[in-house]
Amino acid sequence: MKSWMKIAIGLWIAAVLVIGISMPIGYIPGLGDKARIIYFHVPMSWLAVLAFFMSMWYGIKYLRNKDMKNDIKSASAAELGFAFSILATLTGSIWARFSWGSFWNWDPRETSIFVLLLIYGAYFSLRSALEVEERRATLSAVYSIVAFVTVPFFVFIMPRLMTGLHPGEGSPAPILNANGKMYMEASMRYVFYASLLGFTFLYIWLFNLRSRIGILSYNNHSEIE
Amino acid sequence: MKRLRPILTPMRGAVAIFTKDLNSELRTRYALNSLIMFVVVTLSIILFSTAGEAVSPSLSAGILWIIVFFAAMSGLSRSFVSEEERGTTMTLQLWVEPSSVLIGKLLFNSLLIYVLNMMIIVAYMLTMPAFTVKSPLIFLITVVMGTFGLSTASTFIAAIISKANSKGTLYPVLSFPILLPLLMSVIDATRLSVEGATFGEAAGDFKILLSYCVVVTTVSIMLFDFVWRD
Repeated sequence: MKSWMKIAIGLWIAAVLVIGISMPIGYIPGLGDKARIIYFHVPMSWLAVLAFFMSMWYGIKYLRNKDMKNDIKSASAAELGFAFSILATLTGSIWARFSWGSFWNWDPRETSIFVLLLIYGAYFSLRSALEVEERRATLSAVYSIVAFVTVPFFVFIMPRLMTGLHPGEGSPAPILNANGKMYMEASMRYVFYASLLGFTFLYIWLFNLRSRIGILSYNNHSEIE
Repeated sequence: MKRLRPILTPMRGAVAIFTKDLNSELRTRYALNSLIMFVVVTLSIILFSTAGEAVSPSLSAGILWIIVFFAAMSGLSRSFVSEEERGTTMTLQLWVEPSSVLIGKLLFNSLLIYVLNMMIIVAYMLTMPAFTVKSPLIFLITVVMGTFGLSTASTFIAAIISKANSKGTLYPVLSFPILLPLLMSVIDATRLSVEGATFGEAAGDFKILLSYCVVVTTVSIMLFDFVWRD
């Protein structure tokens, strides 16, 4: 990635955040100015899921061609995804303290990000427990695939089941649902999409950097041997 | 390089693995004995700590599956670890197809967990007054499907961890996120059966359970080759 692109990503995200914080967003029932979290919290959660998907994707590629570079990419994607899911959890939790009254409510989306954190944690524990490189690559790729096929149960099925079971407990609807979108004005939506785009490019840049470091140190290490 | 065919056909291989595990279990009764003691210990801790408390039906449903989950975690990890420790993995690779190993082990683990769960449920019903099943059909389907899903996912994870270093601690860590959709729906369905819900109310949970079992079984069979021949 060229250096002007890095600067462009930095400026883009800075601009999005300044506009996001300063732009009037109109009246949103029950949320008010707290709705501005959507500009950075939702992109972070999106990246956490995207990174998880990419980790599985490179895992599959590794299983097909046994190229160690794909394993390094898979691990780099997972590392960044872990960082972003921690950020999403923290920002969401602070937001929940002021919107819903407590830091953690076991709302369906909170449950799903919690499970994502658990899966990432399990993935890294598995990697650290395997010493032979090829074996580590194969087994962690397999694990990321198995973990990925269970994720739809949390993202699509569980929220439906849980809200169906606890209708009147006062737990408010998830942040990004049909309701939230309905009240989102066009200007707000543009900023949100711009933020999503900026964060995605930030992720791509970080991912390239991280996997290049990984591949270089792997080559260096195997040359010494 | 031409790969040599294993000696046994897939079906006979799976049966052979199952019979081998069953025979060695019947000879030593290692797994079942220690698992029964595990259940007795866990159940008595729960009974001591809930003595004199009014346990709600939904809480009793959750506690039941906590016992089942940890019993499975302590019992099923051995299935592949023991082959690795005794150095018999290579022999099995020569004799049978990878899928037969998985299916044979899965059959044995399922049998073990079904027997164990029967015991857990009987003991739990006798000792926990709050746990009275009002919709037996829902409870039966939940236990049958839940146990199958539990044994499929944990058999596959057991194959992964048998190659790792810290096997015992790693097993529940890796299994829990994979098993969580299953656990959430079986706990919910059990709660419904204790509360005496109609079949229609539990249908949502059954759909999740069924699709979970299908997805996990398919993925395990597809990926087992990579785990087994690494």
